Amino acid sequence: MGNPMKIRAASKDGVTEVKVLISHEMETGQRKDAAGAIVPAWFITELTAKHGDKVVLSSEFGSSVSKNPYLAFKFKGGAKGEKVIVSWKDNKGDTRTDEAAIG
Amino acid sequence: MNNQRRTVLKSGSGAALLGMLAAAGIITPGMALADWNKAAFDAKSMADTLKALGAGQPADSKDVQVTGPDIAENGAVVPVGVASTLPNVSMVAILIEKNPNALAASFVLPEGTEANVQTRVKMGQTSNVYALVKSDGKFFMATKEIKVTLGGCGG
Amino acid sequence: MADELAKYREALADGNPADLLEVKGESLWAEKRGPKNASLEQCDMGLGPGKLEGAYASLPKYFKDTNKVMDVESRLVHCMMTLQGFTQEEVTKNWYSKPGKESDIEALVTFIGAKSNGMKINVPATHPEEAKMAKMGEYIFYRRSGPQDFSCSICHGQEGKRIRLQDLGNLTTKEGAGFAMKTWPSYRVSQGAVWTMQRRLIDCMRQARWPEPNYLADSIIALETYLQKNATGTVMETPGIKR
Repeated sequence: MGNPMKIRAASKDGVTEVKVLISHEMETGQRKDAAGAIVPAWFITELTAKHGDKVVLSSEFGSSVSKNPYLAFKFKGGAKGEKVIVSWKDNKGDTRTDEAAIG
Repeated sequence: MNNQRRTVLKSGSGAALLGMLAAAGIITPGMALADWNKAAFDAKSMADTLKALGAGQPADSKDVQVTGPDIAENGAVVPVGVASTLPNVSMVAILIEKNPNALAASFVLPEGTEANVQTRVKMGQTSNVYALVKSDGKFFMATKEIKVTLGGCGG
Repeated sequence: MADELAKYREALADGNPADLLEVKGESLWAEKRGPKNASLEQCDMGLGPGKLEGAYASLPKYFKDTNKVMDVESRLVHCMMTLQGFTQEEVTKNWYSKPGKESDIEALVTFIGAKSNGMKINVPATHPEEAKMAKMGEYIFYRRSGPQDFSCSICHGQEGKRIRLQDLGNLTTKEGAGFAMKTWPSYRVSQGAVWTMQRRLIDCMRQARWPEPNYLADSIIALETYLQKNATGTVMETPGIKR
């Protein structure tokens, strides 16, 4: 579900830097709409990044992560052409997985 | 609604209770997952959040850094990160003292992943931002104030 | 403080959520849609059917087929109506996004804009109809109106003005107009959405306490023509990201 993520992964001197942009509303559940009704919370709770089969990052988000979340991190290893796979899950149970080749 | 609640309350087992709550729309399926640290994300104060993370009272460390600019043109998107030169960092987290819930995000770093994570968070107002780091099983912390400004028009 | 603000803007620039919309716009452009089950690939944005490189940077311009000066958005709506068979109402219903309601126009304009990234804005407004629109835009820019007796030029007609922390460009100069125009469409972090130039200018009117023009109104296209003419020669940096 949702729109595709934008994943960039670049290896340099034996370290791979990963940058991820995710399309998600990240509603806090504390905002009111024009009619005064609370807009229900809707946000990514978990995100996992893998290099091939190996988990390189697992994160938990609260609702205060910005709309359209951005994440950058680095791990040792990773060669050009190998895959980085990112998955997220939100509080409504929606999930999405995208991948990118290391450049 | 009342009937549903009574049924939920009568059912004994925890798992069934969660299932019922989810079915009734009281909690959403993602919320019911055991691995997301609900207690930590629901905590309001810094102290309660640290307790829920099992961090107790972390020592201040010069080897931990809150990264990102000192000022944000808009609180909806504040670039912030955690970096540390401490050995064997297995977890980092970002906490914002004056947000309704202090914990913004936490990251488990397997061996080989550097203690350097950047993200973007929402801040309701100018606040101290804390970087929490678990190194060799012990917790350390650093802080800096990030100012949130009110904008004019957006160019 | 100016340094920290620059750092803030720089931190946002790498990882612009507008990039997600650009990708969406690209697939919407090529997708067969509407009653005529056609893509937009034959849409003529001013440089010939399907030719998008540099098109955004050279709009608004006069189009013979409609006998009108059109901007990127009015031309896009025209294409969606003529090529795909949508009604104007269908196309413009979600001309800007609301939480949970995406806008095809925003995505398509972001995609079309990105095709002019790195190219020079080129709106000399030499055709008589274009010159007329630029003149009308200039008139609107200086015209005081509304309950506050405001004009665009009060805030944007001099050097060194600002609202709170935001510098206000002098839109009457090439430098000022260029700085303003080169980054649109732009992701507004305060809104969590990409804004098109139509939305930017319509909201300017609201902030000046003027009655809000309709989407695609000639008054907005006139202002755009005036501003693009002033900005001509400036290199586009789009999609942008702003406060």
